[in-house]
Amino acid sequence: MKTKRKGMSYAKWGYIFLAPFFITFFIFQFWPLATTIYYSFFEYFRSGLKIIGPNFVGLKNYAAMIKEVPKYFSNTMVMWLMGFIPQIIVSLVLAAWFTDLRLKLRFQGFFKTVIYMPNLIMASAFAMLFFTLFSNSETGPINSILLKLGIVAEPVRWLSNVWTARGLVGLMNFLMWFGNTTIILMAAIMGVDPGLYEAAQLDGASSTTMFWRITIPLIRPLLVYTLITSLIGGLQMFDVPQVLTNGKGDPNGSTNTIIMYLNQHLYSKNYGTAGAISVLMFLLCAVLCVIIYFTLTQEDDGLTREQRKAEKARIKAAKAAARHH
Amino acid sequence: MPNETKTAATTTAKASKIHDPMLTLQRAVAYIVLFVLCFICLFFFYVLIVNATHNNFTIQQGFDPLPRGSFGVNFFNTTHDANVPILTGLRNSLIVSAACAALSVYFSALTAYAIYAYDFKLRKLAFTVILLIMTMPTQVSALGFLNLMDSMKLTNTLWPLILPSIAAPTVFFFMKQYMDSSLPRDIIDAARIDGSGEFHTFNTVILPILKPAMAVQAIFSFVGAWNNYFIPALIINDAKWKTVPILVAQLRSADFLKFDMGKVYMMITIAILPVMIVYLLLSKYIVRGVALGSVKG
Amino acid sequence: MKKAMSLLTATAMAATLLAGCGGGTASSSAAPAADSTSTEASSTAAEPAADAAAEEGKVLNIWCWNDEFQSRFNDYYPGVKEIAADKSTTTLDNGVTVKWTINPNDNNNYQNKLDEALLKQDSAAADDKIDIFLIEADYALKYVDSEYTLDVKKDVGLTDDDLKDQYQYTKDIVTVDGVQKGTTWQATPGLFAYRRSIAEDVLGTDDPTEVQAALNDWDKFNDVAEKAAAKGYKMLSGYDDSYRTFSNNVSAGWVDGTTVKVDPNIMNWVDQTKTYTDNGYNNKTSLWSDQWAADQGPAGKVFGFFYSTWGINFTLLGNSLATPESEGGKQEVGNGIFGDYAVCQGPQPYYWGGTWICAAAGTDNIPTIKDVMYSLTCDADIMTKITEDTQDYTNCKSAMDSIAADPNFGSAFLGGQNHIALFAEVAPTIDMSNAGPYDQGCNETFQSCFKDYFDGTVDLETAKKNFEDQIKVKYPELSSVEWPA
Repeated sequence: MKTKRKGMSYAKWGYIFLAPFFITFFIFQFWPLATTIYYSFFEYFRSGLKIIGPNFVGLKNYAAMIKEVPKYFSNTMVMWLMGFIPQIIVSLVLAAWFTDLRLKLRFQGFFKTVIYMPNLIMASAFAMLFFTLFSNSETGPINSILLKLGIVAEPVRWLSNVWTARGLVGLMNFLMWFGNTTIILMAAIMGVDPGLYEAAQLDGASSTTMFWRITIPLIRPLLVYTLITSLIGGLQMFDVPQVLTNGKGDPNGSTNTIIMYLNQHLYSKNYGTAGAISVLMFLLCAVLCVIIYFTLTQEDDGLTREQRKAEKARIKAAKAAARHH
Repeated sequence: MPNETKTAATTTAKASKIHDPMLTLQRAVAYIVLFVLCFICLFFFYVLIVNATHNNFTIQQGFDPLPRGSFGVNFFNTTHDANVPILTGLRNSLIVSAACAALSVYFSALTAYAIYAYDFKLRKLAFTVILLIMTMPTQVSALGFLNLMDSMKLTNTLWPLILPSIAAPTVFFFMKQYMDSSLPRDIIDAARIDGSGEFHTFNTVILPILKPAMAVQAIFSFVGAWNNYFIPALIINDAKWKTVPILVAQLRSADFLKFDMGKVYMMITIAILPVMIVYLLLSKYIVRGVALGSVKG
Repeated sequence: MKKAMSLLTATAMAATLLAGCGGGTASSSAAPAADSTSTEASSTAAEPAADAAAEEGKVLNIWCWNDEFQSRFNDYYPGVKEIAADKSTTTLDNGVTVKWTINPNDNNNYQNKLDEALLKQDSAAADDKIDIFLIEADYALKYVDSEYTLDVKKDVGLTDDDLKDQYQYTKDIVTVDGVQKGTTWQATPGLFAYRRSIAEDVLGTDDPTEVQAALNDWDKFNDVAEKAAAKGYKMLSGYDDSYRTFSNNVSAGWVDGTTVKVDPNIMNWVDQTKTYTDNGYNNKTSLWSDQWAADQGPAGKVFGFFYSTWGINFTLLGNSLATPESEGGKQEVGNGIFGDYAVCQGPQPYYWGGTWICAAAGTDNIPTIKDVMYSLTCDADIMTKITEDTQDYTNCKSAMDSIAADPNFGSAFLGGQNHIALFAEVAPTIDMSNAGPYDQGCNETFQSCFKDYFDGTVDLETAKKNFEDQIKVKYPELSSVEWPA
């Protein structure tokens, strides 16, 4: 009763402390989003130095874009998968190795430091670096090394071939994110009750069995979280292919992502079409955001904090009891 | 919990003392894979740094793994070219990144504290809203943002890159979790009994407790802002206010800047190196921070 | 207070400026006619200049897309007092500070940024308003045919007499309804720059006249390409090298109304380039790429490059050196392949590029702009000096004709050749009447879409389709694309 009254009297501070966040959010995100949606119903672009519109056109921009966007969506997804699949596999394996107490890998600090490093690199600089390294010419660094080692007979035209160009984007995304994912998954694996492993070991389970039977099921929520955040990150893919292909998405538009396509319209000052793309993108992300929300708040199941605490204590006690048996 | 891990470690260590050829093999494979991955990660930077010591002509000859003596000339040329004002770029990036780090950390802590410490009607709703927008990309509202900044006459200033960081949902989420795990409520009550005002309590009592979490998030916010390209490229046209990523991307699009490849490599080096150095100095905390950030409630 | 101060300085500056103008003319060795021109010019300009002088701004904002004009300005404009260490500003004798805004050209970037700034010109503070901006032939019309550029005669104050020595086409392309809106210091006839040593090996001669005779139509050019390939050389470096020779010889402009009309001659380029690529006559590079630049250097094995006058100095020379100038390399024979290039006309006359100086409406620096335009595009002495120093072909008929006739003039870089003599014949015949406002976007998009075709990534139909899609993203107002039958 006493605390309740206290809480009431301090409530205004809650609003005051929240104000900066929500004011900023409203001005810099919500209002822009609203105007973006508004523009998407208009024909509004710049023809040279003349401004055309805004003329209300209803859903015309959407009708046009719904036909165009799938192509860029699939480009984006293909390149995302080319990075994500190796990323999740390598990360899982590395995380399992790093946390495997029997394996006892040494130099973990060094390895972790190195594999996480690419994550901090400016994506645009990294892409520019790849552009120079994977130059089509025979004197480009990678080509000249491959030629010297006799691996290829003539220079590889990295950026002129659909799959090598996409592969480079995938490789960069892989390099930038596998270290990060490894560390996150390691944290998750280390959060698993070690008693479970001990018990399994006593039962004669192999590392592989424990990995599939214990680790994977227990870190599944985190895997889902990683998958969805990576997917949202993938949908936003821009810096790397933009700089690598100079905004063109070459060859044959195969590396043109949704955001690059949006950027091309923003660039031509075509606000109506850009608005429609933004809204489609927004809807897609909104669905994913809701999924993330539920992953994160699985425990926020309507219970009060006290109830949850009690529940946790109960589980802990139960576990302790189980261990004693 | 740490105790439990330790016991587990010792028991398994004991178990593995028995020589196991499978284990040795697995360990060998693990080292080889790790070595290869590390080699790939480091190799590109090696080529970058080496080429930054070559001049345009020797670069055109094909890759030569030995460093040459053109580092100084390349550095001078790069830093004395008004077309790629890298020094002003570094200054701008530094201002933006430092301000973003400070604002996002402080205000996220404040926001998280509001949710953590006070009971009010819209608390649950506010929390839900923040979580929902947490992963919403900024790109979807870029068009409206650009127009708004235009009408507020804020294009070609650094403000649009700095101010939005006050609302940083991911940093908020991290802070909230940190408070849940390591901020005792008694401290707040104790401060109130001492007659400390709410704002004063937050600044002098709560913030020091949050220091470890704030440091980690400050680093990530800093790096995020440092590497940000999409929005700055739309907002900034004036060379005076361009940030490093814009200048780097400009290398790709402006043909006349590519006449000297030595300069191009040097520019990339300058863009990447500061963050790398800071990272190597702080890598322990950063890697730990990544792990901490992932442990969800 | 601030206003009073600026008024004072402005008046003082105007005074210095006029004095500077007079001084410049007096010291120049131009004929008395030039002198009277100048006085006449100042007297005709006196009225608007007097109005403007009271308010002449302290900042002269110049917008351009690379550093070519900047270096011309810094090196040859007589009013330059001081250049900032990083070249971002130039201070003039009259106290005006020139502020350079350089936005890369590629992918309409410069145009878009410029458009944005011009649309805000009215509301911008005086010192932020654009005073001068540069335009290229590929989109000149877009700005010339707008209210954002000033009449170089009526508004800026140049006279017909000032401009009489300029090539007619350089005036025509920036003239709409009889009003000239820009002026340039260069004429840009196209050329074919070839390696003397390779020509010697392939054709048995390096003499420009004989090489020209061997290359003077496309059939002969193709024959030489075959011979060069047999000897292990590439005739051209990349796909787009010969593009301008085709795109400048079209029968109509790119866009008619809202329809893009692809000219048959552009498709001829596609056919030729595909053949060259499949036969290994080119090195599969793209314009401005690092490999393209390397091909022009000491390690290159490319017979020659289609270029324009400005390219000799702006790119070819730097690319040819083994030790760059920044590391103490000299522009002399022995450093890389300096001296190994020569120029001839090539199979078909054409032009490429060209940069015009425009005065922006709303400027508060009319007197300075007038002086800049006069000095850098009309002054015969300065034009002569630019050509002698940089091998650039300047926009001054009399000066060029006299250099062309000078038996002592020869470019060391071109092995002693008097290339000006070659250009002097071609320059008067340039016809830019097919240039239009959409050229840059169309040319770039076309080249990039067909690159995939040459690379073998897509078939011809897909390349065409990609062009149709991309051009509409770039120019939302364009509705359809027509291909030649």
